[in-house]
Amino acid sequence: MTCVSLRRLVPLLLGGGVALASAPASYAAEELRIGVIAPMTGIIAQVGKDMVDGLNMYLEETNGTFAGAKVKVIVEDSQAKPDTAVTKAKKLLLQDKVHMLLGGVLATEGYALAPVSTNDKTVYIASVPAADDLTQRDLPNYPYLIRTGWTSSQPHHALGQWACDQGYKKIVAIGADYAFGHESVGGFQKAFEDCGGRIIQKIWPPFGTKDFGPYIPTIKADADAIFTLMVGPMVVQFPKQLRGAGITKPIVGGGTSYDEFALPVMGDEVIGDISALQYSAALATPKNEAFVKKYRAKYGKVPSYFSETNYTSAQLINEVMKGTKGDWPGAEPFVKAMAALKIDAVRGPVAFDDMRNPVHNIYIKKVEKKKLFGYDKDELWNTVIKTYPNVGQFWTYDKATFLKQPVYSRDFPPCKFCQ
Amino acid sequence: MKSQKIKILFVVVALAAIAIIVPNTNSFVLLLATRALAFAILVMSVDILLGYTGLASLGQAAYLGVGAYLTAILATRYQFGLGYDFWLVVVFGILLGAALAAVFGLLAIRATGVYFLMITLALGQCVWGLAYRWNSLTGGDNGINLRARPKFGIDLANEVTFFYVVFGFFAVSLLLLYTLVRSPFGRSLTGIRERELRMKILGYNTWLHKYLAFIIAGGFGGLSGVLWAHTAGIVSPENVVLTTSVDALLMAVLGGAGTLVGGVIGAAIVFGLREYLSTLVPWWQYVLGAVYVLTIFYLPTGLMGIPERIRQRRAATASKDQEKKLASVTT
Repeated sequence: MTCVSLRRLVPLLLGGGVALASAPASYAAEELRIGVIAPMTGIIAQVGKDMVDGLNMYLEETNGTFAGAKVKVIVEDSQAKPDTAVTKAKKLLLQDKVHMLLGGVLATEGYALAPVSTNDKTVYIASVPAADDLTQRDLPNYPYLIRTGWTSSQPHHALGQWACDQGYKKIVAIGADYAFGHESVGGFQKAFEDCGGRIIQKIWPPFGTKDFGPYIPTIKADADAIFTLMVGPMVVQFPKQLRGAGITKPIVGGGTSYDEFALPVMGDEVIGDISALQYSAALATPKNEAFVKKYRAKYGKVPSYFSETNYTSAQLINEVMKGTKGDWPGAEPFVKAMAALKIDAVRGPVAFDDMRNPVHNIYIKKVEKKKLFGYDKDELWNTVIKTYPNVGQFWTYDKATFLKQPVYSRDFPPCKFCQ
Repeated sequence: MKSQKIKILFVVVALAAIAIIVPNTNSFVLLLATRALAFAILVMSVDILLGYTGLASLGQAAYLGVGAYLTAILATRYQFGLGYDFWLVVVFGILLGAALAAVFGLLAIRATGVYFLMITLALGQCVWGLAYRWNSLTGGDNGINLRARPKFGIDLANEVTFFYVVFGFFAVSLLLLYTLVRSPFGRSLTGIRERELRMKILGYNTWLHKYLAFIIAGGFGGLSGVLWAHTAGIVSPENVVLTTSVDALLMAVLGGAGTLVGGVIGAAIVFGLREYLSTLVPWWQYVLGAVYVLTIFYLPTGLMGIPERIRQRRAATASKDQEKKLASVTT
């Protein structure tokens, strides 16, 4: 999908949301205003659309009200830039007087929005930004932040353990060269090496790389498998080019490497590839089946985790509002109430740890081509092959020890087995 | 000379109007105006090069970047620049921008035209690369958050106060740059823009003049960066990336190169469309695109060129009338 067609699509599909945004703000006491910050233009605009669709779908199920309070969603385009995200957040706070901010995609947006929430004493629900430190070492700076998505390293700790259990001894990691990539690779490396595996090489193509020609030939031949962490346009290109180069090593992929919004445009070369995340559209639960069918009928595509996490965020907000019978409790009580919730979400059971990060299942998923949920065509699905139940952001590590080590980065954990 | 005085009067009135009207508008507009003014200083620095010296720089964001990173690093690591020492940071920011330009200038000034464009682009990308990769200093891709704005008698956390501070910096920059371009040195720059060879033959060291202009532009870029860091509250590689340089260049062209005040008009229009219109309609990008295209097609001298064009057209029709009259008289 090219940028041009996206730019045409997004306005059409979001017409409703944006029309709402331009309507003059009214200040009815029982109105709950949610300011959504999502990329509606730029290379990850598709993600923004999934986010808003997920949220809107939940809202329609509750007829636009949470426990009697009328919900007004105002979507602003962050253009996936931190500066713009801040400007738009300020617009939502100053002009629309929203009760909470929700969204952002990139870690940079999360880091940009969190201080805004602190300064303005407004709730910020990080439904997508996965930067580890938002709910780890930096959490004390952000008293009004709660995360409903995941930390970058959360699923990859589990994946590292899984890869080790498969008997892989040596793995080459190739990940997008920015904080999200560093933290994902770091989490995988930590768990994998603590179990006895070895990361023998780390390759860092820049974010948005489309031609992996210079990187693929450098992959060490004695590796048992390859860990990939791809984002955006890299997702589709890497497996295609790797298999095209004749390398048949198994791939274990990070959370975003085989996300549902990429699967429809991927070829059969990805069948059998593994990835890990807290959600799969192929999750075999009645709740998820109903969610996927309804979402697909409505928006014409299979929901991605971006859809699910915002759907679930809306569900969590609704649960808090039920507790207050539709009255806005104030920022701090709201965050506290949400952090105490335990809900049955589409992704499975969701609870929060004491650092306001979700504790949820991590699914190890395998790409398979099959018919699912009664759809009559063979399609690629992320079949769940193993579930790690109730995984927190610290995996099996002691929280205090974990927080003492630096945040995962390009150089941490150090690559002890790279020559 | 008289028309020049009218122009100055006009700009002063317009600035006064901005200073009076903007703080009384909606607080989001105030925020955008602050941003546009902080960025406009960078655009004016581009204009010194593009409009007066004839050098199109595609790396100007680098100077904004070093100023902004300097401010952010001093503030977050050393708690420096959050009181009266803010003024020191301003000085350091200007000096650092100028110093970087002095280094880059050695490499870039030798080239002209497209080659100058390419070299400044490459140098700008070097700074971006540093910002992106030097994690321990710049926070890499995540950037640096500034937790608080300076407080010295006045509290810059107040948006209105901060607006006036940025406005003050902008007005002073405008005045300084205006004095500069009207000075003999500024005239020599215009001479270089028009015909460098002739200036050389006249005995001017054109390399040195261009080099100095480049350094001055870098200094103002640094100043813009210091203000930008406090305006946005976050400094990230996004501030140093190529598109930021391109934005600055486009704003200068849009407003009218070689006019200085055109820069703030360009900045206001682009910020207005990109940040404000985008909150109202989803098709703002088409409007922005159309504005650029129409300006290039119909107003190569930018929006500031409109009065001049009207005058020319009037003069043209007037002289035509004159000719007609003459013709009718002679026949």
